[in-house]
Amino acid sequence: MTAGTAPSLTQNIVPVEAGAHVTALGWLKGTAAFALGDGGVLLAKDGETHRVEAHPDAGVLVAVSDGERLLSGGDDGRVAVTGADGSTRTLAETKGAWIDSLAISSSGAFAYGAGRRVTARDDKGREKVLEVASTARGLAFAPKGYRLAIAHYNGATLWFPNVEAKPEQLEWKGSHLDVTWSPDARFVVTSMQENALHGWRLLPDKGHMRMSGYPSKTRSLTWSHDGKWLATSGAEAAIIWPFESKEGPMGKAPRECGVRPAKVSRVAFHPNAYVLAVGYEDGCILLIRLADASELLVRPAVQGSGITAMAWDKAGRHLAFGCEDGQAGILTLP
Amino acid sequence: MTDKIPVTVLTGYLGAGKTTLLNRILTEPHGKKYAVIVNEFGEIGIDNELVVGADEEVFEMNNGCICCTVRGDLIRILDGLMKRKGKFDAIIVETTGLADPAPVAQTFFMDQDVSDTARLDAVVTVADAKWLADRLKDAPEAKNQIAFADVIILNKTDLVTPEELDAVEARIRSINPYAKVHRTQNCAIPISEVLDRKAFDLDRIIELEPDFLEEGHHHHHDEDMQSISVRVDGEVDPEKFMPWISNLTQVEGPNILRCKGIVAFPNEPKRFVFQGVHMILDGDVQGDWKPGEKRDSKVVFIGRDLNEKAIREGFLACAV
Repeated sequence: MTAGTAPSLTQNIVPVEAGAHVTALGWLKGTAAFALGDGGVLLAKDGETHRVEAHPDAGVLVAVSDGERLLSGGDDGRVAVTGADGSTRTLAETKGAWIDSLAISSSGAFAYGAGRRVTARDDKGREKVLEVASTARGLAFAPKGYRLAIAHYNGATLWFPNVEAKPEQLEWKGSHLDVTWSPDARFVVTSMQENALHGWRLLPDKGHMRMSGYPSKTRSLTWSHDGKWLATSGAEAAIIWPFESKEGPMGKAPRECGVRPAKVSRVAFHPNAYVLAVGYEDGCILLIRLADASELLVRPAVQGSGITAMAWDKAGRHLAFGCEDGQAGILTLP
Repeated sequence: MTDKIPVTVLTGYLGAGKTTLLNRILTEPHGKKYAVIVNEFGEIGIDNELVVGADEEVFEMNNGCICCTVRGDLIRILDGLMKRKGKFDAIIVETTGLADPAPVAQTFFMDQDVSDTARLDAVVTVADAKWLADRLKDAPEAKNQIAFADVIILNKTDLVTPEELDAVEARIRSINPYAKVHRTQNCAIPISEVLDRKAFDLDRIIELEPDFLEEGHHHHHDEDMQSISVRVDGEVDPEKFMPWISNLTQVEGPNILRCKGIVAFPNEPKRFVFQGVHMILDGDVQGDWKPGEKRDSKVVFIGRDLNEKAIREGFLACAV
């Protein structure tokens, strides 16, 4: 089935005029927060919007949410935090260095990268700094415990900020961009400059996993709620790797869902069902059920309106999305 | 293509006058807004412009080739700037005096996210008329910057005699006969000679270099930098040419700084135009041969330790 003939949910979308490139978005309980290339954060709830100047006269390069608040990093060298109530304040500041990597943990800790320097601040406000060998590109906290994965050139570093021990190096040649932990913390996976993913099995054997064959870079990674599947962007379909065995996906073929003549730019797994939201560079969004690969059309292709951000709310009833041209919207599942 | 942001790369050895040129570009009333990527803040006092610090992080690609490098910081910065598309018209990348321009240029061919949104306009090299000759002796980077340039600003001409100036320009020509050279004091030059040159546009190669297809350059080869141009008086066989150029750039890539060519294939109404940096080639058929125009074929290479005889014979053997 193609997007043209898929049953449609387009009537269930409330459009949101974000007004600028949507860099990232997150849900703050029932409020969708759109972080924008012009420095603003647009809060949307029940058809009402409220704009917050999180980075005045600057741009948001990266943003993450823990379900309560939205952290944004800007080209003004600041980390700002925005709440659903419209409050915003500065959490951290560098001397003008761009902040283009951020991570947030469920415990309230956060970390940000500026060049090679990674700063982690725990829930008690204790701050630790680690300088890695080359620019820190991706940051991700382990699902449990205060441990940070940092992607960079020639591998990744695993760091316990509050432990004196030397950080652990995961080596693999090439430039590593984004990083993610599997929900059971057994795997760390990075996206690479070279149109591939690289993974490390932390348990039991520290083995490598190389997932290649993408026609372009993979910049969006999402785990199914149970950690059995890792869905990825970068091809003209969502590429979904099986992670249920302890070896990971090695020797197994990935699933390809939502084949269309446009590249997948964002993927977002439903928080408690085997349903994947797939956003494309041509602006189209499909919902795909893994069980039978059936497709629902959320948004038809819109010229110049490629999908740049997507996120489900905690209950999985709403999907928010944002686009490069400042269009955005919220889908409510029927 | 048209809405890709043009990027000008500004190189030049320390003290040649890059900052002077940059300030000129930024302060002239051209009505455009630039995003400027610099290595050192503070050197330039720019108001109301988007200035970004770069760290010149060079990455080898994982294809096992030492010359296939990209600038990681540039990819990251351009990705960030694209989120603010519409706030500026063009980007200027100022590289440090010691930088190799190749990884910058290759970034625009090898990183798809970059090439989808930005296009390399030209490499502009500022050279110091008084000190260039010395730098060419002791600094290989300075020679690379000259060899790589599309536009050369031969600056500080007031500090040398006319004879010395002619001598230094001859030295430049012996390294890179294909760049446009402008003699200046205080980098005083119309901005249109520096920006929007479209030197990396395949379909502008002929337009920019009207004598590109003419023989008659006097090639005073520099001691270790060569420029080689070979002409086939007519068409070449694509079945022979494509494997030849591909193999040549694969094998000689590390030694080839830049190459360009315009080639006539039989029964092909358009020219085949290509250009490359080290082993990265970009080529396409475009621009019709004009009615009555002579369909001949020419390639040029700038590099080191190139086997001129083999290149010459290899290309001539592609003739139909």
